[in-house]
Amino acid sequence: MDEGYTTTDGRKIGGVVMEMKNITLRFGGVVAIKDISFDIREGEIRAIIGPNGAGKSSMLNVMSGFYVPQEGEVWFHGKPRPQMKPYQVAQQGIARTFQNIALFEGMSVLDNVMTGRLTQMKSGLFAQAIWKGKAEAEETENREFAEKIIDFLEIQAIRKTPVARLPYGLKKRVELARALAAEPKLLLLDEPMAGMNVEEKEDMSRFILDVNDEFGTTIALIEHDMGVVMDLSDRVVVMDYGQKIGDGTPDDIRNNQAVIDAYLGVSHD
Amino acid sequence: MTSRVCLASVCDKRIAKAVGCRCHKPVWEETILAETQTGTGGLLSIPALLHRNATEFGTVPAFREKEYGIWQTWSWIMVEQEIQALALGLLNLGVNKGDFVAIIGRNRPYLYWSMVAAQSVGAVPVPLYQDANAEEMAYVLDHCGARFVIVEDQEQVDKVIEVQDQLHQFEHLIYLDPRGMRKYDHSHLHEYSHVQNQGRAAHDEYIKELEARSSALTYDDTCVMLYTSGTTGKPKGVVLSNRNVIESSKASCAFDNLSRDEEILAYLPMAWVGDFIFSVGQAFWAGFCVNCPESSETLMNDLREIGPTYYFGPPRVFETQLTTVMIRMEDAGNLKRRMFHHYMDHARKVGPDILDGKPVNFMDRLKYKIGDLLVYGPLKNTLGFSRVKVGYTAGEAIGPEIFDFYRSLGINLKQLYGQTEATVFIAAQPDGEVRSDTVGVPSPGVEIKVGDNGEVFYRSPGSFVEYYKNPESTASTKDADGWVATGDAGFIEEASGHLRIIDRAKDVGKMANGGLFAPKFVENKLKFYPNILEAVVFGNGLDECTAFINIDLTAVGNWAERNNIAYASYQELAGHPQVLSAIQEHVEEANRSVAEDPMLSGCQVYRFVILHKELDADDGELTRTLKVRRRIIEDKYSDIIAALYDGSPKVSTVTDVTYEDGRKGSISATLEIRDAAVVAVSQKMAAE
Repeated sequence: MDEGYTTTDGRKIGGVVMEMKNITLRFGGVVAIKDISFDIREGEIRAIIGPNGAGKSSMLNVMSGFYVPQEGEVWFHGKPRPQMKPYQVAQQGIARTFQNIALFEGMSVLDNVMTGRLTQMKSGLFAQAIWKGKAEAEETENREFAEKIIDFLEIQAIRKTPVARLPYGLKKRVELARALAAEPKLLLLDEPMAGMNVEEKEDMSRFILDVNDEFGTTIALIEHDMGVVMDLSDRVVVMDYGQKIGDGTPDDIRNNQAVIDAYLGVSHD
Repeated sequence: MTSRVCLASVCDKRIAKAVGCRCHKPVWEETILAETQTGTGGLLSIPALLHRNATEFGTVPAFREKEYGIWQTWSWIMVEQEIQALALGLLNLGVNKGDFVAIIGRNRPYLYWSMVAAQSVGAVPVPLYQDANAEEMAYVLDHCGARFVIVEDQEQVDKVIEVQDQLHQFEHLIYLDPRGMRKYDHSHLHEYSHVQNQGRAAHDEYIKELEARSSALTYDDTCVMLYTSGTTGKPKGVVLSNRNVIESSKASCAFDNLSRDEEILAYLPMAWVGDFIFSVGQAFWAGFCVNCPESSETLMNDLREIGPTYYFGPPRVFETQLTTVMIRMEDAGNLKRRMFHHYMDHARKVGPDILDGKPVNFMDRLKYKIGDLLVYGPLKNTLGFSRVKVGYTAGEAIGPEIFDFYRSLGINLKQLYGQTEATVFIAAQPDGEVRSDTVGVPSPGVEIKVGDNGEVFYRSPGSFVEYYKNPESTASTKDADGWVATGDAGFIEEASGHLRIIDRAKDVGKMANGGLFAPKFVENKLKFYPNILEAVVFGNGLDECTAFINIDLTAVGNWAERNNIAYASYQELAGHPQVLSAIQEHVEEANRSVAEDPMLSGCQVYRFVILHKELDADDGELTRTLKVRRRIIEDKYSDIIAALYDGSPKVSTVTDVTYEDGRKGSISATLEIRDAAVVAVSQKMAAE
């Protein structure tokens, strides 16, 4: 297996973390993903882009283990990954955010972030209920970690605010906080910047870069905004009608005729 | 020196009772009064005060900062150790006596310590406004020739790196928060904690040097250099000596009986003289605790948690809080709202008198007590003012309604008049003599006189040493006898001896008919309406006054929501006809009030326009302390001003704006100009 590469800004990218091998996903007769292969390397920011309906979200769901492809395999840390329950995925160090925010609306930001720590909690239901001994120490420890994430994402001011009262941009940030609280090795972001204004997008971009830089988290993201993708990611996969039409550095992608055609449109004859 | 230490050590609580003194302070204060001219018993610098505090009450909290959701506390001993480590680290990096050390960031204990660490190695701290853009910073950094720059985070590092080619003496950049800094070239970049660690490691090597430099500090050495915000022209570096800072802190602490039990919240810009005096000067002199908020957004919550006993805010802060309260009360249930208004009416009637200790009849007092239980107490608690012993507002005039609101709640809010060149204090209101239209009597040790042109002059131990590298400005501001020109026009009220400020002296002019033109006077009347955030009045040398208005987006936005008026932006709301009509009413009401003043009745506003953008410091229209820069606004919006005077009903304009990330753009708008009714003054006089 090869040794990775060095990015233009001097970051060392490691070996392959996750590899998609000839994935095909069908819903009945509809082929959502057709024979796609690519890899994600340790420490890199990998983007998946493509026009609407290209199959990006389906791809992310395959990566997260939510969809099981009819053909092909997902290799994780050098081994084919078996079919898993969501909690098993989380235990493997994969966390994600959703395109349509999926937070606990009635709970405070802090509580939401704390739910991201659940996989780290070892004490049993009874111990947590009576709040003694190990459970208490564990809660303190996890709260400390959650607070570090809150500080990192600059959401101190809304720590105790119920999520339902927050504007959209902040909810997205809270979702990222919850995903980070799980200390993921691989972070999957499903359109982290959809529906945001320019300023919010810039903030989010900065946070994604900082997460990658600070925690060394490998990040795979789906995004529509080409400008953002080109600035953020180290390598980009381009999908169109369920097929991979390009894979490479942002510069490669920018000059790829198939990509240009997919985005600007050519007549399909 | 010996007498002080002796008395203070004797004055332990048990003995204190026996000798009849209630705490340490009065004892040594009496002894030191005689030593004023030479410094107080060896306490010639901030590092010396730090050492006294660490020795005498070392375990008392000195600084707190909320981080990770918890208030982290440092005692005076810990603070001394932190500062020593940093000072040793600075020596290790090669800081020289007399070097300038710039400090940029929001209020954080580490940055306050940086200032004191710089002082203890004989260097001069220069705090800068953290929201200044790179060019503004470049000017100041190069003007003072800072060799060292200590900043908070990546944002500030980027700004300094962006302009470093223009900085001739700049060598070392120290940053506090390592986040996002990994990829930077670290040849002249240092992390704060690393500098401290290196300092601790080199303790034996440099401690002698550090002690020698700290003890060599004299009363006339520079304590700090602060750049004025500059309503006109480039900022000027005001040099303040240890004498200026310590004497001012001492006098002002005595004036308001500030002791080491006070708690303050440090939230105003570190580059502002007020913050330096409260969070460093007075805090180190009296030994009280400085609390730093978690972030600027958590400010109100942190304020409530700390409950400061000594509070300071520009009028804008009080206005914003009052606006928030009023908006929330309008959203409250019927019972709560009626209760609030009922008891607030009562508080307005008797609250200020009760606060001043004036006679109030028993029934009113009883009702006030009930109100306190039901309304005032909980409200003060929500605002974070439950424990405020002394609160000050300064910088601008405060609206009488706003001022009275806080006082009627039983909050001892007072007015202060000061400036950087005076080390803050020129005049302040003593307890029991508080009014909204004066700024009080001369502060202890301050002499005030009013020049022939109405300009106010002062002379005090706090009068600044000089403007750095600017002898012409120094000479034109401070005369040979030590009288300093404030640049403000005002007069001393005969009856009370209180100082009243009318306006900036250079802004005061004449109307074409010879009447006095004082724009600030009118602007303040307009700004007192919650809907109006900012106003700029024109008319010097002309027949009529006109005005630019900025609406307050919070207040007007809430009103719009209530009345189902949809709007997408500030610009759209500002141009709404109903908003224009509401503002017109305010302008006309303000005109009626202006007409009552015999001297300034000519300053009524005939025509006005609501600007399509908020005046902003990033566009150079306001100073960083949010004061209006008239000349710049006059130039920039000359087309709108022309339209105000040529009678046209509308004006189309394009304005350049700077976005928060530094990019430039422009917005175009067509603004409606409204006429406001004015009171015919001569008729009124004839009728009377």
